[in-house]
Amino acid sequence: MIRNQRLWRGGLDLGRRDLLVGGTALGVAGLVLPRHLRAQEPKPGGRFRLGKAHGSTTDTLDPGTFENDFTIGMGYVFNNYLTEVQVDGTIAGELAEEIEASPDAATWTFRLRQGVEFHNGKTVTAADVIASINHHRGEESTSAAKVIVEPITEIEALDERTVRFRLASGNADFPFVVSDYHLTIVPSADGVADWRSGVGCGPYVIESFEPGVRGFFTKHANYWKTDRAHFDEVEFLSIIDVAARTNALTTGEIDAMDRVDLKTVHLLQRNPAIKVHSVSGNQHYTFAMRTDTAPFDDNNVRLALKYALDREAMLQTVLRGFGMVGNDHPIGPANQFHHADLEQRSYDPDRARFHLREAGLDSLTVDLSVAEAAFAGAVDAGVVFAEHAAAAGITINVVREPNDGYWSNVWMNKPWSAVYWGGRPTEDWMFSTAYASGAAWNDTFWEHERFNELLAEARAELDEAERREMYHEMQAIVRDEGGAVIPMFAAYVFATSDQIGHGEFANNWDMDGHKCVERWWFT
Amino acid sequence: MHPLLRMIGERLGLGLLTLFVVSLIIFLGVELLPSDIAQEILGQAATPETVAALRTRLGLDEPPHVRYLDWLLGMAQGDFGRSLASGREISELIGTRLYNTLFLAGLAAVISVPLALGLGILAALWRNSLFDRGVNTAALAAVSLPEFFIAYILILWLAVTAGVFPSISNINPDTAFWDRVYRTMLPALTLTLVVVAHMMRMTRAAILNLMASPYIEMARLKGIKNSRIVTRHALPNALSPIITVVVLNLAFLIVGVVVVEVVFVYPGLGQLLVDSVAKRDLPVVQACSLIFATTYILLNLLADVLATSSNPRLRHPR
Repeated sequence: MIRNQRLWRGGLDLGRRDLLVGGTALGVAGLVLPRHLRAQEPKPGGRFRLGKAHGSTTDTLDPGTFENDFTIGMGYVFNNYLTEVQVDGTIAGELAEEIEASPDAATWTFRLRQGVEFHNGKTVTAADVIASINHHRGEESTSAAKVIVEPITEIEALDERTVRFRLASGNADFPFVVSDYHLTIVPSADGVADWRSGVGCGPYVIESFEPGVRGFFTKHANYWKTDRAHFDEVEFLSIIDVAARTNALTTGEIDAMDRVDLKTVHLLQRNPAIKVHSVSGNQHYTFAMRTDTAPFDDNNVRLALKYALDREAMLQTVLRGFGMVGNDHPIGPANQFHHADLEQRSYDPDRARFHLREAGLDSLTVDLSVAEAAFAGAVDAGVVFAEHAAAAGITINVVREPNDGYWSNVWMNKPWSAVYWGGRPTEDWMFSTAYASGAAWNDTFWEHERFNELLAEARAELDEAERREMYHEMQAIVRDEGGAVIPMFAAYVFATSDQIGHGEFANNWDMDGHKCVERWWFT
Repeated sequence: MHPLLRMIGERLGLGLLTLFVVSLIIFLGVELLPSDIAQEILGQAATPETVAALRTRLGLDEPPHVRYLDWLLGMAQGDFGRSLASGREISELIGTRLYNTLFLAGLAAVISVPLALGLGILAALWRNSLFDRGVNTAALAAVSLPEFFIAYILILWLAVTAGVFPSISNINPDTAFWDRVYRTMLPALTLTLVVVAHMMRMTRAAILNLMASPYIEMARLKGIKNSRIVTRHALPNALSPIITVVVLNLAFLIVGVVVVEVVFVYPGLGQLLVDSVAKRDLPVVQACSLIFATTYILLNLLADVLATSSNPRLRHPR
């Protein structure tokens, strides 16, 4: 696939090395491109069968409960959202045709497209949008997206097709916020979001849904996008066992799978009928230290641990190189204001010892809580960490916690634990979710005055250069003073049969931003 | 009253008592697990407010004994209740899954029981021959390997290399019968390899045990063929232990196949139970556990009834 992506970009930016081999590279391109261009012409038809690593018998169609890749992916199959994150990481309207912000970015007006239909034939109106968003708001809300919509103070319909949101304070990224996978637009029944019927306005209609087993969908005849949704039928299969998923792909039972087993990916790549794709995005792993708990309340201890980690070794061991090393801040390459020039922190046991001495310590012994539930390979990652930290006089006891109940009993409870973050499309979203003072998931219990000031300021700032500067400063602050050790960003690694055609992949989520069903086709 | 009927009556009564105790243990067990359904459903996205709101909606604020009695009362009226996580009727949730589980168990039994009995009888007939040793070794090897390993070997041979059967059991209620058999064949073969050894060796041992009896000696002296001695004279008297073992294995085929379900992505009851325990969805856990317990109780009863009726001395007690 890496080879594939090269070809994709081949025409756009010939690297220096490609120029050196000049004639050959162009010659190959000349031979390959025509066929490749043919493959790029989307062709309609076929049943797309996708094997998913997630799915549970307790899944429901309630968008407030979407929490695993099966239900999240399904949301994009039978529903649309107000906005959509594009392949290049920018935002565009999906159901919204025009988006307008007040100068302080606290009032947002969305004008809906004309004549978009739900599967039952009803037209999508402002009332549906309001009911759908309100489903996640209010005291009674049990939605996982409650925190996301909390800043919305008021929603009103200006007319049939226009909705106005008022926010508690300015947020220049609000169009990104409403692209969140929980915020599906479903029909309103007497002002209440009717998610139970399974009716949506997306590219495919739910024919059957057996939680934890299978979802089967057929094309929505009146779908408004004419250049998308090429498959006739779509089948989601929940295949949690990675060996079973891989077998299903190699034997042709499915056409694509997510979450390739990195331990055996080199063997899968040998299969000529299968293409393995790797896309770097914002998905990252952290080791969150509670900065309100000794010894992590001392920034020197945190720095010592950050320097005592061999990121490159961990990336190679745990992710087999499918990803990139982290720099102790959560902003990834898929973010608009990623600070690429910020100096990369690397393994330096002497520096770690120095910070320990600064903290008044000769040696340090700490417990690190890990479990596979935190992220695949977390236990191995902990062991690798401990191994290299020993050289700096730091003893890390890797405590293997039960997978069961990890998020309720270990994460944000134990002083130092391994954490998975899917990443967020914007800097503000990521920082406000997990680093802002008082945020519900501020898992490092971190309070930083300057950081919080910048966060509020940057959120309402519409000038891009100003925002860039502020977000760059914040990334540096988190890197040097934050409570999370962020060893690596994990690439999304998925595989398809060679019959699948696709464009360039989006990197906001796994599986082409979960839009593979709408964006891919059979060649 | 006929003693057999009385036995059945007594055992059914005791069975009900067992089910009650089982449900109590399950309830206490799930209560003892750390975290509850509200936290598990919300997962990493849980905040104290949403957890509290969800608890209220699901009625988890009530003290445990009230919730248990509520559930028991509904159960006594034949109402399984609703899944806490998905809000679906449990009877509907379990219906297709139970059918799938029984279908897989049935297919595995149809293959494995005749195979095991046949091999056992032949092994007894040709005792200590190469055939006897070969079959014993193969069966013991199969039972000694973990199920998932056998499953992967079968997938490698029959799905990946030969391409005879599909590697996953993608079935749904609309799948036609023979298509369903085809898609269920690999898990059924895996289970066959797991259970054959036990039944086969018991058949062989039970028959050989009788072969030293004086009445078999008599039959030999009369000049009856060895095969006839084994099938007509020894087998009927060996039926009782064989039936017990067969029925126990049938129970295993229904309740103990979750690993096989995972490997072949087979939508059976085992996966439902595991998912529900992980999410602390108590009514579903209870329903599945009670179905499994009932299976054991009824099959055990069946074994005893069959064993009794295959033995004239027990059938007509003096």
